Amino acid sequence: MNTIYILWLRQLKRYLRSRSRIIGSIGQPLLFLVALGFGLGPIFKRAGDGNYIDFLAPGVIAQGILFTAIFTGIELIWDRQFGFLKETLVAPVSRFQIMLGRTIGGATIATIQGVIIFFLTLLVGFRPYSLAMLPIALVIMFLTALFFTALGTAIASTLDDMQGFQLIMNFLVLPLFFLSGSLFPLKGAPALLTLIAKFDPLTYGVDALRSSLANVTQFGLVNDIAILGILTAIILYIGSKLFSKIEI
Amino acid sequence: MDKAIEVKSLVKKFNDFVAVNDISFDVKRGEIFAFLGPNGAGKTTTIKMLTTLLHPTSGQILVNGYDPVKDQNNVRKSFGIVFQDPSLDDELTTYENMEFHGVLYGLDKKLMTNRIEELLNIVDLWDRKDSLVKTFSGGMRRRLEIARGLLHHPKVFFLDEPSLGLDPQTRTHLWNYVKDLNKKENITIFFTTHYMEEAERVAERIAVIDHGKIVAHGTLDELKKHTSTNTLEEAFLKLTGTEIREEEAGAADHLRMARRMWRRK
Repeated sequence: MNTIYILWLRQLKRYLRSRSRIIGSIGQPLLFLVALGFGLGPIFKRAGDGNYIDFLAPGVIAQGILFTAIFTGIELIWDRQFGFLKETLVAPVSRFQIMLGRTIGGATIATIQGVIIFFLTLLVGFRPYSLAMLPIALVIMFLTALFFTALGTAIASTLDDMQGFQLIMNFLVLPLFFLSGSLFPLKGAPALLTLIAKFDPLTYGVDALRSSLANVTQFGLVNDIAILGILTAIILYIGSKLFSKIEI
Repeated sequence: MDKAIEVKSLVKKFNDFVAVNDISFDVKRGEIFAFLGPNGAGKTTTIKMLTTLLHPTSGQILVNGYDPVKDQNNVRKSFGIVFQDPSLDDELTTYENMEFHGVLYGLDKKLMTNRIEELLNIVDLWDRKDSLVKTFSGGMRRRLEIARGLLHHPKVFFLDEPSLGLDPQTRTHLWNYVKDLNKKENITIFFTTHYMEEAERVAERIAVIDHGKIVAHGTLDELKKHTSTNTLEEAFLKLTGTEIREEEAGAADHLRMARRMWRRK
């Protein structure tokens, strides 16, 4: 337990000490909100789908969580390159605990990031439909964050350097985001796109967030959470297997 | 049990490359043992196997009577290590780096607080306890790593080229401290170095490894006698030749290379 706590604390301290990272990670969601939200808003309205900002806000929150979570997971490569990983790997604690502590730490950071973006969405005019649903939205944010941090950690366990990072951004993170229904409604989208979206874990995170914040859902809140929970358990298992195999 | 480390027919292969080729040696409890060899001879790979970071291809190891393959946790509890390359978290303070270590090794809070203060005082870093490590010089980092490695009172202390990049003052200070520790606490010291005079001064027994094989093993006098030379440096050069070695990539680099090649297929 202490092991998990100290690894969690380390992640958090590192995050809070890099102010540039916090500020930097606000820029992109803000751009999406302003450019897409205000740019596509009138068209969205004309198509009869209502307020686009309301639709987009949960998607942008999910996007912020996705990027931060994957990134903090992948940070494992840094630890390997700068040597700190060795310090944890020779310690008399199970690798599973190390992996779990790191992952929960990363997920906490990504959740904080999601909350910050939530406040940004309020600035551009988003209003959650029910205050009572906010705690549930927070749980969904954390679950989504946990899944993607674990995914990042799992990927990083198999990589030795940052050369693969661009590859991951372009062929994993961006598709996960754009194909998830963060930006457009899956209802009425071409069948192939909807099918692809169903294989994208972020889809369920976005849908659950949209359900809890804007009362719009494609699959139903309970289904979303169930699917996300199962996927998280699976990726945590795979991630801990890969992590325990690391040799330096 | 009077052996701190026992190694029998140890082999480590990375694909076709044999990094450690059937070596056997032992280190007595409480002794200062130098593990010498040119670049790429297999020193670090051996240390990684002794410290559970790498799995041997074959052979037996016992560290404090425990097997690093089967009994990782008991081995890990019983040794401390200063790695060849830095292993501190730059974004944490001196104290936080120590605390992190203490918690991982399950030290009781009060005991940990006392020991951290004691050790940081010994390595002269107590007044910098709240500074971020990224502001430290190489020597300060090394001192912190040594203090950290000793926090859980290990029985065996591994030092992989601890004096690399340190000025003579810091080096002298470091070795005086390590010798003192060895005498007072009876901690077994296992170290590697490229400075022969350092090994000559502190080591009670020496093993020389080259191309993954142990080419000599004994006290300083035995080594000099065996090679009919007057200093360890001469003995070392006679045993390993004067040809300059290409810096062999470490184990991780080999894995990296292997993976890259595998991916390309």
